[in-house]
Amino acid sequence: MAVKFEKVSDGTYMLDVQGYVCPHPQLYTKKAMEKLKHGEVLELVFDNPSSGESIIAMCQTDGNEIVEQTRQTSNAMRWRIRKG
Amino acid sequence: MGHVTNNSVSVQAVETAAGEGHNILRAYLVLGFFVVVSLWSFSVDTRYIYLSAYLWFGFIYGMALQYGRFCMASAIRDLFAVGVPRMAVGIMIAIVLFSLVAAYVMAVGKSTFHASPIGLYSVIGGLVFGVGMVFTGGCASGSLYKTGEGSIAALLVVLSLSFTQAIFVDLGGWLNQLVPAAWTASAAAKNLPASLTPTDGWYDQFTAGYIWDLPARTIGEMAQFSNPFVTAFVGNSLINSFLPAVVILALIYVRWYRRGYLRDKSIVYRGWRTELGGYWSMITASKRTAIAGLVLGVAAGLHMWVMQGLQQHFGILNAGELLKAMGHTSGLSIQDTVFDPGYFYITTQEAQGAAWVLDKLGVNEMGNIFFGLDNGLPNPILNPVLWMSFALIGGSAVMALLNNEFKLKWPSAEIATWAVFGGILMGLGARIGLGCNIGAFFATVTNGDPSGWLFGLGMTVGGFIGVKFFNWWIERKMAKEVVGLEL
Repeated sequence: MAVKFEKVSDGTYMLDVQGYVCPHPQLYTKKAMEKLKHGEVLELVFDNPSSGESIIAMCQTDGNEIVEQTRQTSNAMRWRIRKG
Repeated sequence: MGHVTNNSVSVQAVETAAGEGHNILRAYLVLGFFVVVSLWSFSVDTRYIYLSAYLWFGFIYGMALQYGRFCMASAIRDLFAVGVPRMAVGIMIAIVLFSLVAAYVMAVGKSTFHASPIGLYSVIGGLVFGVGMVFTGGCASGSLYKTGEGSIAALLVVLSLSFTQAIFVDLGGWLNQLVPAAWTASAAAKNLPASLTPTDGWYDQFTAGYIWDLPARTIGEMAQFSNPFVTAFVGNSLINSFLPAVVILALIYVRWYRRGYLRDKSIVYRGWRTELGGYWSMITASKRTAIAGLVLGVAAGLHMWVMQGLQQHFGILNAGELLKAMGHTSGLSIQDTVFDPGYFYITTQEAQGAAWVLDKLGVNEMGNIFFGLDNGLPNPILNPVLWMSFALIGGSAVMALLNNEFKLKWPSAEIATWAVFGGILMGLGARIGLGCNIGAFFATVTNGDPSGWLFGLGMTVGGFIGVKFFNWWIERKMAKEVVGLEL
């Protein structure tokens, strides 16, 4: 189980941190968002519910926008975050 | 499939109705288990209601902790690591509410609280605990509720900190060489029973030779107010809880929230009125956390009232007396006591559980002050406070199942290593600090005991150190393993 980060299409990247618990998902997300350019989107896949609340607050603080929140059948979350 | 849309976020849930139905059924099964435990034990002997009282408060704590993702590791770590004040704010809300309920309970003579000694040990214990909880990703209560969400990593943390405590309080040998001579002399002068070997073992001498010699008083007691309501509400709640919480919230606002708040273009800056608006906005930013803080604060206060009421009803000062009266004499301390704080607590009962296992494996865990004199080693099935921990996991599982957030997750080797290593630090810190983020911090600062703030200070510094290390670790790991992040 390793962190996956890959380019999905132009301006869209995917970060998969399934299996990781706090603080890994929010720290990886923060560092990934720092790498993105304005308007680019990160598709974040994680399964640690506690990290979700921190990521929401982190996006508000940093001016990034969560444009979609999807929960998968495996109880994993897939969120799309647009860099502000 | 459900679909909810608000201003900016489209929220989709793709679980099937059947999946949701299974989770509801599982939630009922977990709830049913604890109902059966309560009813069955009550049918055997009505005095088991004492056990059930701990159990159901534990269940409420578990539900509230999971609902609010309430975790003190998160509070400190998220401030320093990602600049998010949400959880630190929630904890301050819970502290203020708990202190108000606790003050009332104390003023009417129904409190079970006893102040901890005031000393440097709190800072050191908090520091070690703080580093550990950042490494594991959860504090003592946070790890319990995350176990209820299905995290095996969190369960490893619980086991690690439990067994570390059980081993640490019984360690002698080379550790004796680290004991100051003054502690040994003071411990020897206490004339404790020889079976406890009070001058053999680091923790025994730390307890009898150092801790017992320190003063232990609440702010209300120090101020020597004559009116019990003034003692409780002014001394304990206002001075030791409310004012520090307000100041800490102001510091958090200035350092971590104000800039983001003022960035909102719809806000016209009008001096202190805008600043106060921002302060309030920070407090109400996460309703989920605020609600959990409210429930935890009120429940923790009521818990003390209920336990004191039951103690008065049964004419006891400690659950050990009740167990003895019911014929359960095995595992009682030499004073016929067991661990029975009468309020929200986490780590000592977990240490008891681990020590009971070690004792059954042939390790004499009753030959020390911690278990042999104070807390005893009752069978886990008869340990009322341990049922609070079991039920906390159950309450969290129910809440997670109802929200479709339960998922059995096996940790990778890396996560498991962090869990065990951090758990060891948490176990050491909890014993040195005489408790964890709940027993040595949350339950103390809210009851007028300034030692809690010393533990909190250590925990914050430890959290900061842990975050600095973790940031370095993740940067290094990402550079090595995450291909493409250089973009």
